[in-house]
Amino acid sequence: MSPQSFKHPGLNLGAAHGEDDDAAETVMFGFWVFLMSDTILFGMVFATYVTSLHGTAGGPGPRDLYDIKSVFFETLLLLASSFTFGMASLALKYKHSKPRLIGWMMVTLVLGVAFLAFELHDFGAMFAKGGVPSRSGFLSAFFDLVPLHGLHVTAGCIWLVSLLGQIARYGLDTKTKLGIMRLALFWHFLDIIWIAIFSVVYLAGLA
Amino acid sequence: MNEQTHNIETQSGRCREERKEFRSYMWGIGLALLLTLVPFALVHWAAMPRISLLIVIGALALIQMLVHFRFFLHIGLRQKREDLQLIVFSALLLTIMVAGTIWIMASLATRMAMPWQP
Repeated sequence: MSPQSFKHPGLNLGAAHGEDDDAAETVMFGFWVFLMSDTILFGMVFATYVTSLHGTAGGPGPRDLYDIKSVFFETLLLLASSFTFGMASLALKYKHSKPRLIGWMMVTLVLGVAFLAFELHDFGAMFAKGGVPSRSGFLSAFFDLVPLHGLHVTAGCIWLVSLLGQIARYGLDTKTKLGIMRLALFWHFLDIIWIAIFSVVYLAGLA
Repeated sequence: MNEQTHNIETQSGRCREERKEFRSYMWGIGLALLLTLVPFALVHWAAMPRISLLIVIGALALIQMLVHFRFFLHIGLRQKREDLQLIVFSALLLTIMVAGTIWIMASLATRMAMPWQP
């Protein structure tokens, strides 16, 4: 089989994985359908946020609440985690040793948890300045959008831990491999949503 | 014997493919870093008037999304037709729904004389 043939969008395991690669086609396509519907959900929450921007009801606005340095670190952490998950995908595809795969996945998990810690710290700082969700329409929309992404990252981290458990218990069988492939898509997808968040919410808010 | 040569060939083919894919991730993270640093620096040092700054932030964000799709999610033009259709159709729906919502709400705000400047 030529390397040019793709069974599904994204990184393919390739013919060297035999049956696992054959099983990937429907599962991965289905997961892409989920990702695209999740994109629509995020898009509508973004639209809600943009239309609520001026509904501050005299409360604190973007300039009073956002901290560009913290957001910058979060961006770097998430970008780095996307790259390390890419390295995990390559370790899986090219059948490198299991410790190497697990190592890259652990690094990704640590970066993801660090991102969440920074984000929670940000929310805490916003609360301290009176930026609570019930203060204004703007803040309700903010806390609808940004923590929704945070919840997705949390779900990704839980999924990652469960995959590490599956590797330990069942080894790299078809289900585990396809789980890692799908989490890779999910993780890269969340990084793309974050691009929209730091551009639309934070940078445009502080510009 | 024949099969052995074939195996060695596919082996070196996979090595080449792996190097290519590794380079793709390196390009991805390099370009993404650049496309992140530039807008953050521009906003931090407020080097431009607001409206042009917003346009630059939007344009760089769109480019960075394409970079992530290309180098991290490996979406190219060699995808199967229905797979590309899924992504392009979702992008179309997203554009119509988001742009439509913002347009309608902005128009409402203008006509009702509510404070709303895009």
